[in-house]
Amino acid sequence: MHQNIKLILLLVFHFFWVLNGFSQSKTLSKPLKVYEIDGIKLKSFNFDGLQPYLNQKNDTVYVINFWATWCVPCVKELPHFEKLNQKYKGGKFKMILVSLDFPKMIESRVIPFIKNKNLQAEVVVLNDPDANTWIEKVAKEWSGAIPATIIYKNEKRRFYEQSFTEEELETEIKSFIN
Amino acid sequence: MKKFKIAFLVLAAGLITAFTTTNPAGYEIGSIATDFSLKNVDNKKVALKDYKEAKGFIVIFTCNHCPYAIAYEDRIIDLDKKYKKLGYPVIAINPNNPEKQKDDSFDKMQVRAKEKGFTFPYLFDEGQKIYPQYGATKTPHVYILQKTDKGNVVKYIGAIDDNHSDETAVEQRYVENAVDALLKKQEVKIKTTKAIGCSIKA
Repeated sequence: MHQNIKLILLLVFHFFWVLNGFSQSKTLSKPLKVYEIDGIKLKSFNFDGLQPYLNQKNDTVYVINFWATWCVPCVKELPHFEKLNQKYKGGKFKMILVSLDFPKMIESRVIPFIKNKNLQAEVVVLNDPDANTWIEKVAKEWSGAIPATIIYKNEKRRFYEQSFTEEELETEIKSFIN
Repeated sequence: MKKFKIAFLVLAAGLITAFTTTNPAGYEIGSIATDFSLKNVDNKKVALKDYKEAKGFIVIFTCNHCPYAIAYEDRIIDLDKKYKKLGYPVIAINPNNPEKQKDDSFDKMQVRAKEKGFTFPYLFDEGQKIYPQYGATKTPHVYILQKTDKGNVVKYIGAIDDNHSDETAVEQRYVENAVDALLKKQEVKIKTTKAIGCSIKA
């Protein structure tokens, strides 16, 4: 019985990943690598590949969070992101959690983390070590410390080099949802 | 005791606000860097003015726990070995508050320094007072200072090189290039860079 539920969950999860991949394949670039373990599919990009995620021109609110499994304040605020993703994802709202974990940690740490925490928001990996070339393209004022978050809708955009409480994050998200 | 703690917190918050209002972004290229007297892992205080023979310093805010800092440990040792004898020693400072990040306690700094055989002082920014003056936001975060009659002038701020994860793939050695230029009395070409790092836990 337990096994069956697991299998169904896995299938459902997989279905959504496939759907996700399909709906994005038209606008987003080719990943550097696609990891697929335990029903979790995870794409890694260099910065050029990630950039379209940061510059979508439509009326969806995008929340992009830069994090890593080893970053304590990042992991601490992730449940707030997850909770608000659940709350708002039915509308024109898209959350992307950009992992900056080192490539050698993707299979050993990131995928098990996604699985254990049952993360529902989309996770992608940014693998582009020459950060000096891209940090200011994310946000001019970013020093490079994580956690860091961008919220944007079309031309309206805010960057946050800070940790969030759930209330703080929701206030910011609401200011983009008119 | 609790009251004392609260009073301390209020005072600390006031101090931080004072720093951020008088010096919002920390040092820029050309700023005169403050000296300090901080406790080294050998329990002795270290100050920049102790280095009579130095031509300058490679000040690196770094720590024990951060994977980026760990990825650079060997390269920081190499920098010290190469440049100390040329007049630019490495001075490492851990800016983190161990109450927020227990792996960055003074005891654990001592352990790490011994394990890795650090050839440079590894100082504890007790009370997190020095890093806000520099404007460091993350670990590792490098400030190269040149000793002049006016004081220690900031000549470079940023990353060690352009590839944290694979040293063999490094193309730009920002810190080495900057110190080499200073040693040749030339202008530093790339004066500021940015890199991903762990936010400083104050």
